[in-house]
Amino acid sequence: MSEVSMVVNGRKVSGSVEDRTLLVHFLRETLGLTGTHVGCDTSQCGACVVHVDGKAVKSCTMLAAQASGSEVVTIEGLADGADLHPVQAAFKQHHGLQCGFCTPGMIMAATDMIARHPEGLDEKTVRDELEGNICRCTGYHNIVQAILAASKEMGKAKKGKAKKAA
Amino acid sequence: MYSTTYHRPATVADAVKLLKKADDGKLLAGGQTLIPAMKTRLAAPSDVVDLRHIKELKGIKVSGKNVTIGAGTTHAEVASNEKLMKVCHSMCELASHIGDPHVRHMGTIGGSVANNDPAADYPAAMVALGATIHTNKREIAAEKFFTGLFETALKDDEVVTAVSFTAPAKCGYEKFRNPASRYAMTGVFVAKGKDGVRVAVTGAGDDGVFRSKEIEAALSKKFDASALDGVQVSSRNLMSDIHASAEYRANLVVVMARRATTAANG
Repeated sequence: MSEVSMVVNGRKVSGSVEDRTLLVHFLRETLGLTGTHVGCDTSQCGACVVHVDGKAVKSCTMLAAQASGSEVVTIEGLADGADLHPVQAAFKQHHGLQCGFCTPGMIMAATDMIARHPEGLDEKTVRDELEGNICRCTGYHNIVQAILAASKEMGKAKKGKAKKAA
Repeated sequence: MYSTTYHRPATVADAVKLLKKADDGKLLAGGQTLIPAMKTRLAAPSDVVDLRHIKELKGIKVSGKNVTIGAGTTHAEVASNEKLMKVCHSMCELASHIGDPHVRHMGTIGGSVANNDPAADYPAAMVALGATIHTNKREIAAEKFFTGLFETALKDDEVVTAVSFTAPAKCGYEKFRNPASRYAMTGVFVAKGKDGVRVAVTGAGDDGVFRSKEIEAALSKKFDASALDGVQVSSRNLMSDIHASAEYRANLVVVMARRATTAANG
């Protein structure tokens, strides 16, 4: 057994887990944060993507013990109270989901992608960047549209802030 | 996953001690191969020794044309390193196409070379660049390091600490991805340096990465894709599986070499 402690969505948490416990199971079963999904169990589908120390990783391919001491953000940590995160809002507006199972991973991958491309995104980049996220309903079209819209929106917001500061 | 015991050393020396003490221990780098293998019970180490928090394994040093990449450097870090991009753009390009963004945030160059997956990208780069693999005990030439499918020259308690190479004047890498797994069905790294042209192939050999003498001979005459017109590579010792026959892969070697050479000259 290992004692693990980490900051999840801004909250300090700890627990005693078997060393073989995957981060996704710690999040879902110990912390009750069931927004992060297990889609494939073979590390391919990306439904389990969370941010660990600011980087998108597959929480089904990391032990909880490996993440001990880290800062973790899950899909539950994105919205600001009742206000959806711009990526969540864009997925809603552009109908970037059907059954919704892959959506938490898609959105966590999208926020990471947008953060890594402050210069903005084009369709090809978005599609390449979604290599690690599988959706079996939408055909990706609306997911890509949602991410492009969110990237634009967030870029505008950033510029607005910079202007205000100046 | 079977039960295992997790360790987090802060130094390579401590990692080696823990590994020696373990019944059937495994080093855990980024875990992007080992954890999936443990989940499917293809691997069941008694202990895993996490290398991710060892500072001495991290970082990229570029001095002139000499490059040293710490074993614990992630694919994402290799892909985005500006100094490396200036002297050896193809290494960054190669790293930026391993797995997917999430895998690249965790997977490391040390883990990849130590695992020596026959379809991994880095082994081709290491062999074509004439790289040196550094361990806690010695330095090994890449060509002697990769010894077979998932086999390397590493001893039981040996840890890869870094890789180093001299950036060649020109180099390029291209792979043909399996449409489902996205692993290289054939990947070719071409390099033209002071020791001439070196060409290494991954994903195709039935004994892992290898140098293609036929391609090297043709490109030595003229380092241009047109030099490969009509060149044929023998399908002997190439892999044959449900994805592609050995003959198909032999053709892919030439096609990828042509694309890699064009990229190198780009």
